[in-house]
Amino acid sequence: MTALPPRPGHPAPRAPIDLLYSGTEDELRAAVRSLLADCCEPAAVLARAETGRPHDPQLWHTLAAGIGAAGLLVPEKLGGAGAGHREAAVVLEELGRAVAPVPYLTGSVLATEILLACACDGPEAADLVRELAVGRLVCVPALPLTLAPGAPLPAPLHDAGGGVLSGTVTSVADAVAADVLLVLADTGLHAVPADRAVLHPVVPLDLTRPLATVTLEAAAGTRLADPATARAAVAGALLSGAGLLASEQLGLAEWCLTETVAYLRGRHQFNRPVGSFQALKHRLAQLWLDVASARAAARAAADALATAAPDAPLTVAVAQAHCSGVAVRAAEECVQLHGGIGMTWEHPAHLYLKRAKADSLALGTAGHHRGLVADFAELPAP
Amino acid sequence: MTLDAADLLARTRDLLAAHPPGATAPADFLRARFDAGLAWVHYPQGLGGLGAPRTLQAVVDGELEAAGAPDNDPRRIGIGLGMAAPTILAYGTEEQKHRFLRPLWLGEEVWCQLFSEPGAGSDLAALGTRAVLDEEAGEWVVDGQKVWTSSAHTARWAILIARTDPTVPKHRGITYFLCDMHAPGVEVRPLRQITGEAEFNEVFLTGVRIPDAHRLGAVGEGWAVARTTLMNERVSIGGMRLPREGGMIAPVAAAWRERPGLRTHALHQRLLGLWVEAEVARLTGERLRQQLAAGQPGPEGSGMKLTFARLNQEISGLEVELLGEEGLVYEDWTMRRPETVDFTGRDAGYRYLRAKGNSIEGGTSEILLNIVAERVLGLPAEPRDDKDTPWKDLAR
Repeated sequence: MTALPPRPGHPAPRAPIDLLYSGTEDELRAAVRSLLADCCEPAAVLARAETGRPHDPQLWHTLAAGIGAAGLLVPEKLGGAGAGHREAAVVLEELGRAVAPVPYLTGSVLATEILLACACDGPEAADLVRELAVGRLVCVPALPLTLAPGAPLPAPLHDAGGGVLSGTVTSVADAVAADVLLVLADTGLHAVPADRAVLHPVVPLDLTRPLATVTLEAAAGTRLADPATARAAVAGALLSGAGLLASEQLGLAEWCLTETVAYLRGRHQFNRPVGSFQALKHRLAQLWLDVASARAAARAAADALATAAPDAPLTVAVAQAHCSGVAVRAAEECVQLHGGIGMTWEHPAHLYLKRAKADSLALGTAGHHRGLVADFAELPAP
Repeated sequence: MTLDAADLLARTRDLLAAHPPGATAPADFLRARFDAGLAWVHYPQGLGGLGAPRTLQAVVDGELEAAGAPDNDPRRIGIGLGMAAPTILAYGTEEQKHRFLRPLWLGEEVWCQLFSEPGAGSDLAALGTRAVLDEEAGEWVVDGQKVWTSSAHTARWAILIARTDPTVPKHRGITYFLCDMHAPGVEVRPLRQITGEAEFNEVFLTGVRIPDAHRLGAVGEGWAVARTTLMNERVSIGGMRLPREGGMIAPVAAAWRERPGLRTHALHQRLLGLWVEAEVARLTGERLRQQLAAGQPGPEGSGMKLTFARLNQEISGLEVELLGEEGLVYEDWTMRRPETVDFTGRDAGYRYLRAKGNSIEGGTSEILLNIVAERVLGLPAEPRDDKDTPWKDLAR
């Protein structure tokens, strides 16, 4: 087959792209997986979710500070591990595999990226990053979880002067676990202690990633960056967040596939293992293909972000357009192929389905990301 | 001593210095390359290789390509390179390897594959072509019919599987042969297909005599030998390397950019969905290659053919629709016998029709899904009753 030459303005793929996992990444994965196996098994996740406070501070402390996962994206000079997006992606794969209720995507990815981009504007952002990197505090952006890269930012909150902020933001993920909220106001980015905000938790579709409406009523915060820096920081963070969310979706899909295969090998109906029926084998084989391709897409996004590749926005859009559908399909197949068991509250499949479906809205739907692909690949709408 | 990349680069440069491509006849260059062990570096010395790691072939190929060296027209001799050669290497006698591999690689002898039969496609082991030993002459006498044979009309040799014992279950009792396509009793007829062309053939074998020296592997062990061939076929089908927006998506994307009048919102959504899938498939193939290069072969290879088959069909279907009235027109129904399949040099209608074969040739998608389910996911096989039944007692 022949190929078209690169088109003008058409982002060419980078030469060295690394889609594998390094030895260090494998070690990190093993550490996170072992922690989650001990402290985050599905029955415990469900039990905590039913209390309305799904986060486990002890688990978070071990993950963030003990393993050092919170500071992976933070340079060493700011107290972090100086690793990068590839490593953070591996952590997210494991968190997805366990539907772990921890503020990693919101705190260690989105908030961290925002603060890193603002750290050159003043010492306050850098100080916050240092705290975040070692897991001493949880900081999440006060932005709707559905906010997508490339979409218009929501109207900024009002600053009455001196960082006294008022306004409301809906669908803020993990706000209930936060010590500090990052607030986008008309005067720039502000850090607001969470106890100065009024939080109205909503009942979330995804029990493992709580949502709240955040209202500020003349709440005082600390300004971290001017409006232009703040907007650019948020845009960059949304790109990273969307790219790394693909890895969470991959981990989630892998769990669903593995569990379903194991179940169908053991479950007998009609005097045969259910997994010997060709109709079901083909569905699982197709799902395996989907997961294998999601792995390539998610790795490509992580690598593109890690190397600040020129085509990172396209690679991220491709990963999101693909992986969110794979995660939902995997979770839906998991429910269906477990039969009646898959519909029960006690089997964890529903936690995965709810996370997968919520993830398919988080940081932009697949449709939104296909629209971005249309722009980057110069395939304009009619 | 294992050769490394630097050694192979040095040997490649020595070859280029001794036989400058510009001043050497292509055939002479290819012979020199084979004899220098740079044809298949992982093959043994004297058989076109140096016993080097297989992954280092890319070092040689890259250097030769940069120097403008001639190639051996791998598309024309793909069956020989991709299927016959690795099987002969794995199962051939020293005499067979030395007799066949060199002319095969040079393209002096084209190979074809006589496996499928009208009654044995996906159930290949059910084949009924008979081979009976004439003990006095030391020859096998072959009778039967084969189908879907690419290159049979240009081939000098064929890899052939035939039933040598009908009284044992179907996977046993098969023997693998190297068949002379010029032997009396071999008749090749074009098989016209859905595109109007005859890219394949039917081959009728009537009293064809094959010397026992041209048997590959033991009598009755042909199925194991054939599996080596088939594994290599699937690897070569799924293994092509594509740049971003390479392959079937390229002409559709080009038409979309260049002809705004064809655009509709519904087609746009489908195009973007397929563009994303094609890019993800490209990345999946790239990841597979990186795994192989790192010595961690993954099972993803089994999936690439499935993915490309489905994508090619969906993309070419979209392309016909996108073209509107032009999609109603077919370029040419004249019966032709092309030497190679050309996916990109032809019209959308041809691509649409030809892509229907992608999910059938080299193992149907249904069979490949079974393989993924059983070998990769470890799901149990469906109960079957043909494994212990003599071939002659099976329903046909």
